[in-house]
This record gives sequence, structure tokens and C-alpha cells, in this order.
Amino acid sequence: MISAHSELNNKIMLEQSQGVKQFLTFIMADEEYGVDILTVQEIRSWEEITEIPNAPDYVKGVINLRGTIVPILDLRLRFGLATIDYGPLTVVIVVKVIFEQNSKIMGMVVDAVSDVYSIVEQDAKTVPNFSDSDNAEFVAGLVNVGEKMVALLNLQKTMDI
Amino acid sequence: MSIDLSQFFEVFFEESFEGLDAMEAELLNLIPGEEDLETINTIFRAAHSIKGGSGTFGFNSVSDFTHVLETLLDQIREGKRELTAEHVNLLLKSVDCLRELLRGLQAEQEPNLEEAIALRIKFEQILGLNQAEKNKLEVTASPAQLALNTYQIDFKPHHHLFKTGNEPLYMISELAELGDLETQAFHNEIPDITDLSADDCFLSWRFFLNTAKDENAIREIFEWVEDDADLTIALCGGLFADDDAQVTAPDVVAETSNSTPVPAAVNVAVVKPIKKDTVVKASTPAAESISIRVGIDKVDSLINMVGELVITQAMLSQIGQQEITEATIASLQEGLTQLAHNTRDLQENVMRIRMLPISFVFSRFPRLVRDISQKLNKQVELKLLGEQTELDKTVMEKISDPMVHLVRNSLDHGLETVEQRLAAGKDPVGTVTLNAFHQGGNIVIEIMDDGQGLNTVKIKQKAVANGLVSDADELDDDEINELIFMPGFSTADEVSDISGRGVGMDVVRRNIQSLNGSVEVSSAAGVGSTFIIRLPLTLAILDGQLVRVAKHTYIIPLISIVESLQIDISKVSRVGKDLDVLRLRDEYIPILRLYSIFNHQGAIETLDKTLLVVVESDNQKIGLLVDDLLSQQQVVIKSLEANYQKVDGVSGATILGDGRVSLIVDISGLIKLSGLRKPGSQELIIESQANLEAS
Amino acid sequence: MKRILAVDDSASMRQMVSFTLKKAGFDVTEAKDGSEALSIAKQQGFDAVISDVNMPVMDGITLIRELRTLPNYKFTPLLMLTTESGMDKKVEGKAAGATGWVVKPFNPEQLLAVLKKVIR
Repeated sequence: MISAHSELNNKIMLEQSQGVKQFLTFIMADEEYGVDILTVQEIRSWEEITEIPNAPDYVKGVINLRGTIVPILDLRLRFGLATIDYGPLTVVIVVKVIFEQNSKIMGMVVDAVSDVYSIVEQDAKTVPNFSDSDNAEFVAGLVNVGEKMVALLNLQKTMDI
Repeated sequence: MSIDLSQFFEVFFEESFEGLDAMEAELLNLIPGEEDLETINTIFRAAHSIKGGSGTFGFNSVSDFTHVLETLLDQIREGKRELTAEHVNLLLKSVDCLRELLRGLQAEQEPNLEEAIALRIKFEQILGLNQAEKNKLEVTASPAQLALNTYQIDFKPHHHLFKTGNEPLYMISELAELGDLETQAFHNEIPDITDLSADDCFLSWRFFLNTAKDENAIREIFEWVEDDADLTIALCGGLFADDDAQVTAPDVVAETSNSTPVPAAVNVAVVKPIKKDTVVKASTPAAESISIRVGIDKVDSLINMVGELVITQAMLSQIGQQEITEATIASLQEGLTQLAHNTRDLQENVMRIRMLPISFVFSRFPRLVRDISQKLNKQVELKLLGEQTELDKTVMEKISDPMVHLVRNSLDHGLETVEQRLAAGKDPVGTVTLNAFHQGGNIVIEIMDDGQGLNTVKIKQKAVANGLVSDADELDDDEINELIFMPGFSTADEVSDISGRGVGMDVVRRNIQSLNGSVEVSSAAGVGSTFIIRLPLTLAILDGQLVRVAKHTYIIPLISIVESLQIDISKVSRVGKDLDVLRLRDEYIPILRLYSIFNHQGAIETLDKTLLVVVESDNQKIGLLVDDLLSQQQVVIKSLEANYQKVDGVSGATILGDGRVSLIVDISGLIKLSGLRKPGSQELIIESQANLEAS
Repeated sequence: MKRILAVDDSASMRQMVSFTLKKAGFDVTEAKDGSEALSIAKQQGFDAVISDVNMPVMDGITLIRELRTLPNYKFTPLLMLTTESGMDKKVEGKAAGATGWVVKPFNPEQLLAVLKKVIR
């Protein structure tokens, strides 16, 4: 028991020293995206929201997160993808985004949460510059997890309204 | 043991500022030749405390300066020197100077000593301190003696020594810390048991001390008992003297201790400046304090309320465990009522923690009025009423500047000169009154003067010249007086250094409105004018009117609502392409469709019989078209900007009873957003008048 | 634990004295002027009293004089905090029954060193 525990500890320490980070991934339009798990505050289900007048369409509004007013962005709209109706799997991932001056708690609506992976950040490949896509700027890098390709989000860019 | 003194700095600064305020207030009460001792004493004590604290905490620039101040005050207090008007002026300047020095230190900036040095020289001239004496004051530390010497010390306390609270035993062990000590005690003076008084000291001692310290270090130990004992200290040279005095007989109570010599820290007179953490609250402006003092009574009552809350909670959880019957439902409802009551009490009391009496702001005005009236050569009496009226500390910090502006204005433009007043048959001494009181959930602050009143003729001329109104406009006095709050308006014929600081009344009004407050003026020619400021007691809570627009709930601050009504379509005319204007009695109110400004679908779009909330902001009345009026309630203001950004037309958000977020409408922001340039403008009124008459 | 009564009208000085003494293992009670100190001292016993001199309501000298007349404070060390300029205050204080004085400004180490003369 003790040895198993310390083994795990060792593993984590080893991983950290090798630049391994845990990423929470989610699905949007059959693509898998990842955010550093340390930025994730909580995962909520979609709920009624208060609209903000004259806000960009991808800003769905604000919710009350235990007394704090937190804005919610729809990532499909943000990325210019076709919208779908919110269903039972639709979730809001609440993240803490560090900006230059301050940090903000914000939520993003995604199709569904997928998995948690350990990823070596250095392995991430830069995004090929598709000329027809504006979304490249939202992605910090691409990594292969087994057969799949995961796009690591650049949160600052994504959540900068 | 090391103790970080910086933890006491904030308290020190706070009490020093309070002390300076007290000094200032008392100084203003002083009339040279008629001063009373208690006033001088209060001033002296304040200076003394600041000196003591600053010395202790290493703020030498402050303690050095306060020292001369204190010396002068001490002489006056002791009757050795007569108080003159010059002294009072100098002391007042010193108060300002100290305030600056302390503010600088608080903000951890290098203090600017120029003013302090100049003032100090003046004080020293008064005190007659010449250079020689000053040099004498600056004691130079004597170099440490390194050679070992042996001293013979004879110490014979007087009988009453114990009654001074001193203890020879402790002195002896202090002595032992200076070096190698040999002790002899003599008890030959102890009387017979019948004559023995247990309170008295009959022992005496002889010590031989081999030490590197000098005689002063030894004297220091006996400093407190010099007058209560016979003490001789003599240098014996060499090692322990082994003369016949070295008797160790049964009649000697020997107390020899030998501990490692530690440097006696007692006489170190120089306090090193304390190095403060370099992690600074850089963004905190020096003027805004970061802590508040709360009276024990307020804390106690909070604790009581939390106690009650806990009891209610226990009661409710007990009910929760019971089977649900009609009886439990009844007691549940009772418990919930109790809970609501507790919560409300608690909320009110928590708010009270931030409340301070307005005297904190009022107290700066005696000085201000004194200085300005001297400059203007006017005689002014300042009356302060309702000083104990409490309001939120944040509001207080922000209301101070607008008030200063209004008071300056009253002194400069409102009050006449002595000659003018005499000619008008008035008391040569003008009066400015500051009055504060609570009214509903608001605090009202009045600034009254008994001067000449606003000059309506001049104001209108100016307004016409500035294109604010046209010469042909029929305006009553109140309407003309309102003009002074219009942007870019200044009544002074010449810009004076008292009130012509480029800040107009429009800025005053805007600042007050940014606190969700309002300011208005009433005036009567020859009698005086009164400025009335209304402010919410706190910035954290707002009285709001909940309204519905389509499916959305918004909150309109109650303080800006003039009235709510159902639109009578016959009073509405269309101006220009798309602006509807409602004629309400003598006024023309532009109608803003909230749903259209906020881009919401599904709201009522017809005007007839629809609800209109008439609000006022920036001196403009507008009507907001809403679908429904819901309840009125107090809401706690939450920031939208913390996690999002500023939203035009919205000043903040709140959380309603059901947990939903609701946005608070920002009236002046709405006006801007609507593109309505001047709702009260002449063209608009003329056009709507014409339209209405035509129909 | 030895009990000390610390008297000063300045909150920062009071806190500093009290904090220093507490760290040195004393049990400290605070009072903000002589009159408050006197009524506390009458209710509880103390092993030493450290008092500022210049205070509103009742000054330190009066406090010491009053304390000395109380049977419980006949032998108690009564120290006053005074400034270097107040030599005559020292004399006045001694006459009133003060055990000794601590010269302001002082730092925590100095305070404790001086205190060792009368209480251990």
C-alpha cells in the first residue's frame, strides 16, 4: 500500500520533471480539444443563463457561480462552427484564464467532456497554417494520443473577448 | 528574539493621521492669549504620541521634526512661553507637513524633507537653539572600551528600596552579565526580630566586577535606584583585588553568578530604520486606507446575531429530521421567518461595520474655511451639524472632493465681502453650514451659505453665450440654477485660484452620480444658496426596481426613478425619424425602448397603455419603455467586469432570490447608447410641441 | 505566567509593547489610559505595570502614584515609558513611586532587556 502510494508519487514527480502535463479533453464537432487540467475549476451542466445585451453572439451570457458573476462562451460559435441544440451531454467547463493584467473565471460550452491524458507539452506540433481557417490562433499545438489527434487550446486567445 | 515592527505600521499611520486631525481641529480652536490648558495638552499629546511612535518604528524624519514641535508645545504648556498667532500658523503648517511625510512613508516613498527642514529651522529660531546647543544634542557614541578593568562597587540600598518596586537580586544578575562578578553581602544592619520590618531592605553589597564595559554600563544598571541607595563605583585596576574585604564568613549571604557576558542592549539609543518588505501594494493609492477600525460594540452585536443564526439553523435542521406533518410545516414556516429576520439583521449589521460618522469628512473643513476666508479676506463662521451621521467608508472617501469643491464655491462666489455684507445690512460674518442627516436609505448632505445667492441673470447670460439655452427661453429660477451643472459652465468672472480649478459643477454632479447619488441647488437672491447632496448609505447595496423586458429581468436604481406611468398615446408625438416624445405636464420626455437598445426580441412594441419608467440622470429626464414592473428590493451589487468586461448601459449585476443573475441598468450609459444627444434640447421640445399641437 | 499591564494611549505603541511581551512569554493586559489601567489593576493582580506618561483622562504619573497606594502594588515594579527630553518627568515619576523608566524610542529587544531588571 505504502509502496504503491510512493510509486504513484514518484511517477507524478517524474512526469512533472519531464514536462508531462495532464490535459482535460472535450469534443466539439467530432474534434478533440484539450485544456491544462490545472486551469479547470469545475464542469457544470448547461443551465438557464442571463443574456448580456449587445454582446458578441458567442457570449451566451452570465451565470451565478456561488456568488460570482461568470460569463459563458459557446465554443462552437467562437470557432465559427455550425451550432447544435444543447443536449444532455452539453457541458460548461469553467476555467481560470490568466491574462496579462489579471485572471478571470469563465465558462465554455462544449459538446461533451472526453478524457484526461498525460501529455508531454514539448511533443505538441505547431498548427499548420491553414489559410482558410481563422481558428488556428486558438490552438497552441497538436499532439497525437494513440490514434487520435488532440488540439491543445490557447485559452488566453480563445477566451479573450 | 526578533520582532518585525512593520506589522504595527498601519496602526501607527492610522492613529497618527487621527492625531494630526485632532491637532488641527484643536489648533483652529486656539485663540492666542485665551488658550486653555486642556487644548494645549491635547495638541501636545498628539505631537508626543507621533514622536514616540515614529521614533520607535524607525521613522526618524518624522520623529526629528516632531521633536522641535513638541519642545515648543511643552514650553507653552509649562507657561514658559506665550502662544502667538505665528505659533499657531506654524503649527498648522507642521500638521500639513507631517501629514505629507507620513503619507510618503505609508506609500513607501522617499520622503521630501524640504518643507520639514524649512519649518524646523523656523521652530529652532523661535526656540533660540543655536548651533552649539544643537551639536550638544547630537550625542556621539563613545567607542567601546576593550580593555578589561576591575571595579569595586559598593551598593547600599536605603531601607525603602523594595517600595520602589526594584529588586537588588535582578540588578546583581544584570551586573553578572557584564563580566566576572564576585559578590559579598552584608547583613549586619538587620535589626532584631522585634524591630524588623519585612517591607524594608537591610542588606548591602560589595561587588568586584571584571569587565570590558565602562563605568556608565554599571551605572546604567543602578540608574533607577541612584536616589534610593548609596552607590560608589571605583576602578581597582588589574585583576580581582584581593584585599581584606574579601571575606567569606557565615554572616555573608553570597550570591555569585557568572554567565557569559552579553552586550547590554539597554543603552543603544539609535534605532535602525526598519527595512520593509519590498513587495508593495503598488496599486493602492496612498489616500485610500486599507483597514478600518471597528468599535467593539459593533463586533459584539455581530457575534450575537451569528449566535441567533446558529440557533435558528439548529432549529430548522431539527425540523428537517421530523416526519412531515402539518405541525412541522407550520414550525418550518416559523423557522424560515426567523431565518429571514436573522439574515436581515445580520446584513444590516455587517453593513454597519463599514459605516463611519461623517465627522471624518467634516473635520477637514474648519481648516479649509479658515485658510480660504483668510485668503479672500472674508469673515466666515462654519457650522457643522449632524456630524455623527454615519455612512459607508467608501462613499465617504469619494464624497470628500465634491464637498470641498462646493464649500470652496460657497466661500468664493456665495459669500460676500465684509463691506458688501454691511452694505446689504447683513451680519459682517458670513455663515457656511454643513448638515448631514439620514433620509430613507440615503444620507443627505447640505451645504448652505447665507451669501448673495446664485445670480440668475448672470447664469443665463453665460448659458446663452455658451449656447446651452437661447435668449428667448422662458426659464424660471430653478431651471436657471440647474444650468450651472451643465458641462462646460463656469460662473466666475475671472478664474480665481480658489474655485476656478478647471473643475466645473458638471464634474461635481457626475462624481456624485457615479456614487448613485444626486446633487441639486436651491437659492434665493440676497439670502443664500443651498446645495443638497443625496447619497446611498453604501455602494454595495442598491434599492432597485425590478422590471421585465421581453423575458429578461432588469433592475433600475430606485434613486433615479422619477415616476412610473402608463403611456397615454395622445400625448406622444414623433420627432425626427424614430424618436417618440411624451408630453408629461410641462415637460417633454423622450421614450427609450429598452428592448430595442438591448436588442431583445418578443417585447411589447406598441406604446399605448404600455408602462414607462421615467428616470432622471445627468439633468435629463427620459422614459424607459418596459413590459412589466416587478417588485422593488434591495440588491447586492456584483461586478460584471471582474470576469467579463464593461457592458454599455449596464452598471453591474446582482443575484436575485432564485439564484438568477440580473443586470442593473446604467441610466446615463443608456442615454449615450441610445444616441439621444440632448433629450432636453430646445429643438426637440419645439418640434414635439409643434407636432402635438398639429395633431 | 507573569502578568503585565501595558498602558498607552497610542494603539501602535500599545500593540508593539504587548506583542513583544507576549512573545517573551508574558501574559499581557492592555489599557488605553491611566484611569482604565487603574480600574483594571484594582480588579486583577499584575507582576509589573508599564505605562506611558502623557495620556488623556489620567496621565502615567498619577496612575503610578495611585497604584503605589494600593496594598497589592506596594512592591510591584511600575515602569514608565518616557522620552529622552523628559528628565524632569523621571524625577517626578520616581517621586510618585515609579520603579524605573524605559526611554522612548526603544525597540522590542531594548524593552525586554530593561524589563529584566525588575521581573524575571
